[in-house]
Amino acid sequence: MGRYLFRLPDVGEGVAEAEITAWYVKPGDRIEEDQTLVDVMTDKATVDMTSPVSGLVVAIHGELGELVPVGSTLVELDIEGQGNAEHEPAEVAAAPAVSRAPVAAPKPASPPEPDAKPVASPPAVTRPEVIARPADEAPVAAPATRRRAFEQGVSLQFVPATGPGGRITPEDLEAYLAGGGATRSIAMGPAQRTAVNEIKIIGLRRRIAERMQDAKRRIPHFSYVEEFDMTELEALRGDLNDGRLEGQPKLTLLPFFMRAIARLQPEFPHVNARYDDDAGVLQAHEGVHIGIATQTPGGLMVPVVRHVEALDLWDCARELGRVTAAARDGSATRDELGGSTITLTSLGTLGGIAATPVINSPEVAILGPNKLVERPVVRGGQIVVRTLMNLSSSFDHRIVDGHDAARFVQRLKRLVERPALLFVDQA
Amino acid sequence: MQTLKTKVLVIGGGPGGYVAAIRCGQLGMDTVLVESGRLGGTCLTRGCIPSKALIHAAGQFEDMARAARAPRFGISLSGAPELDLAATMAWKDGVVGKLNGGVAALLRRAKVKVLAGHGRFTDAKTCHVETAEGEVIVEAEHVVLATGSEPVELPHLPFGGTVISSTEALELQTLPKRLVVVGAGYIGLELGSAFRKLGAEVAIVELEPHILPLYDRQLVEPVRFWLERHGVALHLGARAVGLAPDGGGLIVADKDGAEIVLPADRVLVTVGRRPATDGWGLEEMAVERDGRFVRVDDRCATSTRNVWAIGDLVGEPMLAHKASAQGEMVAEIIAGKPRRFDPAAIPAICFTEPEIVSVGLDAASAGPEAIVGIFPFQANGRALSMDSGGDGGFVRVVARADNHRVLGVQAVGQHVSELSAAFTQAVEMSAVLEDIAGVIPAHPSLGEAFHEAALKALGHAIHI
Repeated sequence: MGRYLFRLPDVGEGVAEAEITAWYVKPGDRIEEDQTLVDVMTDKATVDMTSPVSGLVVAIHGELGELVPVGSTLVELDIEGQGNAEHEPAEVAAAPAVSRAPVAAPKPASPPEPDAKPVASPPAVTRPEVIARPADEAPVAAPATRRRAFEQGVSLQFVPATGPGGRITPEDLEAYLAGGGATRSIAMGPAQRTAVNEIKIIGLRRRIAERMQDAKRRIPHFSYVEEFDMTELEALRGDLNDGRLEGQPKLTLLPFFMRAIARLQPEFPHVNARYDDDAGVLQAHEGVHIGIATQTPGGLMVPVVRHVEALDLWDCARELGRVTAAARDGSATRDELGGSTITLTSLGTLGGIAATPVINSPEVAILGPNKLVERPVVRGGQIVVRTLMNLSSSFDHRIVDGHDAARFVQRLKRLVERPALLFVDQA
Repeated sequence: MQTLKTKVLVIGGGPGGYVAAIRCGQLGMDTVLVESGRLGGTCLTRGCIPSKALIHAAGQFEDMARAARAPRFGISLSGAPELDLAATMAWKDGVVGKLNGGVAALLRRAKVKVLAGHGRFTDAKTCHVETAEGEVIVEAEHVVLATGSEPVELPHLPFGGTVISSTEALELQTLPKRLVVVGAGYIGLELGSAFRKLGAEVAIVELEPHILPLYDRQLVEPVRFWLERHGVALHLGARAVGLAPDGGGLIVADKDGAEIVLPADRVLVTVGRRPATDGWGLEEMAVERDGRFVRVDDRCATSTRNVWAIGDLVGEPMLAHKASAQGEMVAEIIAGKPRRFDPAAIPAICFTEPEIVSVGLDAASAGPEAIVGIFPFQANGRALSMDSGGDGGFVRVVARADNHRVLGVQAVGQHVSELSAAFTQAVEMSAVLEDIAGVIPAHPSLGEAFHEAALKALGHAIHI
C-alpha cells in the first residue's frame, strides 16, 4: 500500500489557481482509475479532474469555492503499490489557522511516521505587483524604454512599474500610453495618482459579481418608491423596546416589515416566489423565507430567515439577529444562505432617499427601506412633524406587473403606517 | 575666399565630432567637419588607441623578458629581448593610421565634407577655416562644438624639454632611463606601468595619499601591489616642486615639506585634462560657461540657439565613449528627433596592470542599504589558465538590498576591460541580481566571475 497525492495539475496557460466547484468523492470512497474526483473552475473553463489511479480516498483538501494553487494536494488516496507521497501528511486539522485542512479525514490506518512534517501551506501565488515609487526615487527602465517615453513626452516618474526591482517594462509604458498618460501635463500642486492596482475578483466578491450580473442580465427590473409615514410604528417600536423582557432582542424596523410581508403573502402569491425562467415555472411559495441583505467583511451576503409566516415579531428579530451574525462571522450554513423567496435590503442610517435594489435572483421582488427623517408635513390642514421614510422596491417585470407591484407596496404601506393592523387577525 | 553654407558644422574630428558628423550624414543632413589635426582626435591619435598599443607591446616585451630571466610555462629564451622603441612607435603609428583612414572613409561614405584646417568663429554660426587651399568661411544652421581637451600644464613644470605630456610620451623614440610621472591618475599609471615593463625606472608622484584617487581602495589594491612588486616608487602625498637646477631630476616635497630630488631624464606630467576652449573663437559665440567647461543641458544644447557642445568640452567624465554617445544624440536632435542624454552609467576603464573597470556606483557610494557580492579571479578557471588569477583581481557587484537592482559593477584583473560591456548593459537595462544569476555564462570565461559575484550577493555562490 502506498499513499498517492493527487495534486491540482497545470490546467492551462497562465493559470496559477483554480476554484473548486464540485466534489465527486469523499473520504472513504473507493474509486477507479479515470473516475471524476473534483471539478475546478479557472478563469477560462470548468475542468473535471479524473483520478490517474484506483484506490481509497483518505482525505480531500479544499472547500467548495476555495481557490487552490496549481500543485496543491486535492485528494489523498491509498493505492496498491508505491504511492508518490514521501511522508504521511500531518494532521493539520488540529490547527485551525490552516485553512486548507483535510475535510473529515479519517485517521490514517498506520500512525504517522515520527518525522512527519506539517504540510507546509503553499506559497502565496505571486503575480506582477505594481510598484509604487516614492517621489524622490528616480524611475528605472532600459534605454529603449526610456527613449520611447521621452519621444512620447511621458515622464517615467509617473509610470507604474511591474518589473523586478521596480523596473518599468516596455509593457508598463505601453499600458500607460494606452491609458492616455501621455496627454496629461504634469502640473505643480497635488501629484497625480496614476497607479492602477489590479485586484483579482475572487471568492465571495466573484460570486457576488456573477450573481449580480446574472440577475441584471436575466431580470427586467423596475423600481418603485413610496413614502411611508413611520411615526406610529416608531412610537410602537420605542414602547416595545423600552418594555422588552430579558432575553428579548432589540427591535429594528426589519421585523415589522418581515411580519408585514408575511401577512401579504396570501394576497400576493406571485411576489413571494422564485422564477425558474429556464423551465418557465414560477414557484410561488406559501412559506415566506426572507433574505436579509447583510454587509459582511467579505462583501454582501444574504442569509435567510425561514418561515417568517410562523414567527412572531420577537422571533423575527431573534432569527434576524442570529442569521446575520452567522453570515458576518462566517458560520452560516448553506441552508441559511439560500432558499429565500423575497429579500429585504436595508442600509440603515446610510439608507438615503431612494435606491434601485437588484433582485436576489431567482426571486421576483426586493424591498429596501430608506432612511427615516422627521419632516414637516400637512395633516388635516396643519403642519405637523412626522417621521417619514421612503421604501424602495424592485420587481421582476416578467412576473409582476406595475399595477400589482404598486398595489403590493400600498398594502404594505397600510400595514406599516398603522402597525396595529399587523397584529389583527383579519386586516 | 570661398563661402560654404551647410546645415551642420562640426568643430573637432575626435570621437565626439566625427560620430556626430557621420550620424548627421546618415540622417541626410548637409554636414561639414572641421579638424586641424588628424581625424580621430585625441583618442585615436594621441590617447586611448596609441596608449593601448604601447601597453600591449610593453606587455609582450615584459613577457619575453620574464621568460629570458626564468622559464615560464616551459618556455625559455636564450637571451633577453631587445627593444627598438622607434619601431614600436612605428607599429603603433600603423594602428593609428589604419583607424584614422577608417574614420576618413566613414565620413566620406556619410557624405560629410571634411575641412582640414584650423577653424575660428566670428559669430555663433560663422566659422573661418584656414585650409591649405586658403580660407573657407562656413555658415551653418547648427554648430556642434567638439573641440575636446588638452593636457593640463603645471605652472612650475611647463611642458618642454624633459617635461612631457602624454602626447609626447606616446611619441618617444628612445626609452627614458628614469621616468618620473607626476599624477597617479589613470593616464599616468597606464603610461608609467608600460614604460616600467619596457625597462625604464619609474617613480610616481601624487599629491593625494592614494594612487587612482577616484577609485576605491579595494579596487586599486591589486594595481598598487603590482607597482610595488615591479619596483615602481610611489611618492604619495607628495608635491612636484620643479625641475632640479641641473636638469637631472624632479624636486619633490613630501607632506612635511621636506624636499628630495628624484633623478629623471623625462618627467611625464599627467595631472588631468582641461577643455580646449581657447583659440577658436568660443568667446564670440555668447555661450555660457560652467567653470572651465561649456554649459549644456541634457540635450547638449548650449545657451546659444542651435549651438551644441559635446564631449570633454562639456564636463566630466572626459571619456571618448561619452563624447560619441552625445555626438550621436545631438545629430538626431538636429534631425528633429526627441532625444536626451540620460545614461544610467558610463563605464570607465583603467588599462593599468591589472586592468580596472568601473560601472555605476561602488560599494561606498551605494551606502549602507546596498549588498555587495565579490568573486575573486583566483577561483575562475579561465583566469588561472591565462596565469592571471594571482594578482588579487575580482568582480564586485553592488545592488540594492531591498529590490536587488544592480547599481554598479566593478572589476580588477587582467583582461577585465572586455567585461565592461556586460557590466554596463546590466546597469543600463536595470537588471536585478536574479537576472545576472539567471544568465548562463560560457565556461571557461572571465564572465563567469560576474555571474558568481551576483550569486554571491544573493548568498549562494557556487565556486567560493
